[in-house]
Amino acid sequence: MEVYGSQFFWLLIVIGIIYFGIAKNMVPKISKTVDDRQKRISDDLAAAQAGQDKAEQIEADYRASINDARADAVSKVNEAKAKVAKKNEAAIKRADTAIAKKADEADAALKAAQSEAMKEIEAVAAEAAQAIVKTVSGAKVTATDAKKAVKAAF
Amino acid sequence: MATEGKIDPMHQFEVQPIFDGFTLFGQQIDFTNSALWMFVVLVLLYVFMMGGMKRELVPGRWQVMVEGVVGFIDNIIANSIGPNGKKYTPWVFTLFMFILFSNLLGMMPFGIIPGIHPFTVTSQFTVTGLLAAISFSIVLIVGFWKHGFKFFSLFIPHGTPVWMMPLIFSVELLSFLVRPFSLALRLFVAMIAGHILIKVFASFVVQAIDAGGASWGIALLSILFIAFVSALELLVCAIQAYVFALLTSLYISDAENLH
Repeated sequence: MEVYGSQFFWLLIVIGIIYFGIAKNMVPKISKTVDDRQKRISDDLAAAQAGQDKAEQIEADYRASINDARADAVSKVNEAKAKVAKKNEAAIKRADTAIAKKADEADAALKAAQSEAMKEIEAVAAEAAQAIVKTVSGAKVTATDAKKAVKAAF
Repeated sequence: MATEGKIDPMHQFEVQPIFDGFTLFGQQIDFTNSALWMFVVLVLLYVFMMGGMKRELVPGRWQVMVEGVVGFIDNIIANSIGPNGKKYTPWVFTLFMFILFSNLLGMMPFGIIPGIHPFTVTSQFTVTGLLAAISFSIVLIVGFWKHGFKFFSLFIPHGTPVWMMPLIFSVELLSFLVRPFSLALRLFVAMIAGHILIKVFASFVVQAIDAGGASWGIALLSILFIAFVSALELLVCAIQAYVFALLTSLYISDAENLH
């Protein structure tokens, strides 16, 4: 019978040491280590996710700015093209008018030269006609009559 | 006691004083072989747990083992008691680890070293009975502390017809009161039975070899059987520790989360 007493006594001491020394003292620290590690892992994963989001954001911004710049360039090119076309048109118009003016002048000069030539020819023809008539018929024709006749013949 | 030349299978369960102690409340307290092995369990458990106290971010093998055991107990508590169960973790941990280490230590072949007599602490009904009594006391104290006399409604399942109540109540009360005994007996019997079985077959080996001749076959067969039972016992060691811890937490859950 005396065995029960010592069994209970030593068991209570050992169980007490395990309970208060190990289970109450060491186990929570171990649990905390596990929890900390889990937290660290999830934190790291969250940080990685945030980094990736940031990178994607930066890429999107970059793409947007590239697209903006491209659109800007295209519109500038178009503008420049339009400006140049306008300038060319104006220049062509100016050149056209200048050419037309020159052509008119030349035309006028030609006409003047023609009428001058005509007059000379008439004069020469009248003189010739006067001379021919004098020689052929001996009649005297006045210069004025000859001139009149030549003009009529022309 | 073992007589000369014979193996007494019960000898291994005898508690003998190693040196005399003192008297407490009229009880003689001796330092016994049982107490010695309890302290061996304590030291081994402490060494095991210290291996897990390095608290490294990337755990080594030992730390993983310790963290695995702690996580295992946390799981039992979380599954059977729920979020309120955190405060019972130390007791369930104490139960599980003490029983597991005692069981396994009793299975270790220390007997081959002369002068060392291995002793399985959990093969003593005094020990398992005290453990079960503490568990049962926790259930009672928590139950009556939290729910008062409403705790008796534990013995009347939902939807019991009124005229059945007295019968159901007495049956449930009986099954409730049997719990500590079943808890203690299950472990005690499992441990003692396995050890006796091994010892009995060991005595067969000795007797068969003494008899000589064709009995060698019996000796060989017995050794094979011992190996088989030892393997089975190692499994039982872990299972019984698990069952004790699991049932304790289920009983505590009854008291903590009264339906």
